Amino acid sequence: MTDGPAVEVRQVTKQFPGFARQPGSEVVAVDDVSLEICDGEFFSLLGPSGCGKTTTLRMIAGFEHPTTGEIYIHGKPMGLTPAHLRNTNMVFQSYALFPHMSIADNVAFGLKMRKVPRDETRRRVQDALDMVRLSNYGQRKPSQLSGGQQQRIALARALVNRPEVLLLDEPLGALDLKLRKEMQIELKTLQREVGITFVYVTHDQEEALTMSDRIAVMHGGRVLQVGPPIEIYERPNCRFVADFIGDTNLVDGVVQSQSGQEVTVHVDDEISFVVESDETFTTGTEVTVAVRPEKIRLLPVPTQGEPNSFPAKIDQMVYVGTDSRFKVRLSERVVLSVRQQNVISTSDPTAYYDAGAESIWAVWLRDAARILRN
Amino acid sequence: MTVGQAQQEKRGLLRPVGWRSGIQTLILIAPSLFWLVVFFAVPLIIVFVYSFLRRGPYGQIVWEFNLGNYARFFDPLYLNIFVRSFKIAGITTVVSFLVGYPVAYWIATRPVKTRTTLLLLLIIPFWTNFLVRTYAWVLILRDSGLINNALIGLGIIQQPLPLFGTDLAIIIGLVYGWFPDMVLPCYASIERLDFSLVEAAQDLYANELSAFLRVIIPLTLPGIVAGSMLVFIPALGAYVTPDLLGGAKSMMIGNVIQSQFLSVRDYPFGAAFSFVLMAAMLVATLVYFRVSRRTS
Repeated sequence: MTDGPAVEVRQVTKQFPGFARQPGSEVVAVDDVSLEICDGEFFSLLGPSGCGKTTTLRMIAGFEHPTTGEIYIHGKPMGLTPAHLRNTNMVFQSYALFPHMSIADNVAFGLKMRKVPRDETRRRVQDALDMVRLSNYGQRKPSQLSGGQQQRIALARALVNRPEVLLLDEPLGALDLKLRKEMQIELKTLQREVGITFVYVTHDQEEALTMSDRIAVMHGGRVLQVGPPIEIYERPNCRFVADFIGDTNLVDGVVQSQSGQEVTVHVDDEISFVVESDETFTTGTEVTVAVRPEKIRLLPVPTQGEPNSFPAKIDQMVYVGTDSRFKVRLSERVVLSVRQQNVISTSDPTAYYDAGAESIWAVWLRDAARILRN
Repeated sequence: MTVGQAQQEKRGLLRPVGWRSGIQTLILIAPSLFWLVVFFAVPLIIVFVYSFLRRGPYGQIVWEFNLGNYARFFDPLYLNIFVRSFKIAGITTVVSFLVGYPVAYWIATRPVKTRTTLLLLLIIPFWTNFLVRTYAWVLILRDSGLINNALIGLGIIQQPLPLFGTDLAIIIGLVYGWFPDMVLPCYASIERLDFSLVEAAQDLYANELSAFLRVIIPLTLPGIVAGSMLVFIPALGAYVTPDLLGGAKSMMIGNVIQSQFLSVRDYPFGAAFSFVLMAAMLVATLVYFRVSRRTS
């Protein structure tokens, strides 16, 4: 079973017929995507709606078939194999529990279709219900369960079949925030326990960062970046990824000079940023500098020896409990978002920053920013 | 009138109190009540009373209570017609389902705009008078009709097929006549079906047949039950279709009742037969709903 990666998507393109099936009006949902998903990995496909993540998932499941390219599951090419002959199972966004069957019959459905002996089916169904901590709910109907419970049954119904790959299509989308956070942890724990490869589709970047071993960020049918959460967050490789994952300040500039890893980017007449980069840039290249709001410090004095230390004016400040959010103006054109943790409980950050509003310094380390090619 | 008064007025209409509420309710239901009493309850009672009376020598009503009309129903002649009518109505219902359900499924899975057009196309023929449409089947099915002429013309058969005047002709006519009554309720429940459930079944290793039998059919059962009742009940009491398309041997309950009232002028027996038919329909309906509720 372990020939090659759990799932390999190789140069897959998916076109849907467009308006009135006229040639030339096809919609390209997935555009030359290649991915390798390892055994036992929690892999997320992350992107805004319409980016092709769900289509990719549905092609792995067998509900759609690639226009060109091939999908391999443990080394076996899937071709036009229909969903019911694939060793994958899916957790649907709407849960898709069969409303006319009891919970136990729902969970047993896949085993029944595979003609697993009745005794074994009963035992495995009970194990699956135990696993999602709904042991005594077997005789109920789906409509008698809450959203969170239905979601766990959907999970049990898929996992009871011990699939090679579990596919999850925004399974937490319909839950409220608090329950969603709980389920994120629960899902991640469950995945570690059962050791099954999870392919998880979401548009919620925080969810992807929390749960995934690796994330593929998709946009416009293409995969922009694949990597572990830290890499995706700290070292985005393009403007879209930097902007989509978390908050970020994007400042346009032109490369002025480079010495070693230090690149100086001219922003306007008043300011230039110094950014560390492994890449080599030729002078005059138009680039974007990305700085996360939480990496910028606001200090009452300039920092010696740090090139990214600018006098700033506070345009706006919002207190949000755990931290305070600022808009600080470095120049006529450059306004940055800054987030400061409210570390000292007794002090009123408003008063503190009001006092220093005229003479505050925004500082960040040169490896805190990223330089992105346009 | 101030805003406050207007609001009070409105509240009064929505939540009437005391004797006013009773009168308002009565006024509102009076037209329907009148209609039901005068055109449904009273005739029904008259027919019910007649069914226990006796026919006089000249077809008049003799006021003499007896159960003879109901006993006559068990005459093999009438019992046969009764059983055959059930058989024809049953076959009609099954055939309507087998033909209508795929049509409903196909329409319900088209794009939304196309669906409206297709439903319209389905219904348009039924804007024509029922009698005319049934008579059209006479022209199609009779010995020198469209089908036989075409088959003979093509040299496929020498003698015309005996289509006209058979049970087959009646069934064809009934299926045709109540086709939309099967398609529309099925369409309504298929259209409401959450197709991710079908995908879920396929994802759980169900092939297309299993997914159809275990998910699609059970979840659209309400539509199937409604459609079947809408076809079965009128088919059981059919009169025009067997009269035009059936032969002398293909009488159905409806024809017996008609002849008792209009030709034989035995009102009491016709009335009794009507009530037996109604009772049978009631039982059939109850059984059907009981069964379908258990399975769904």
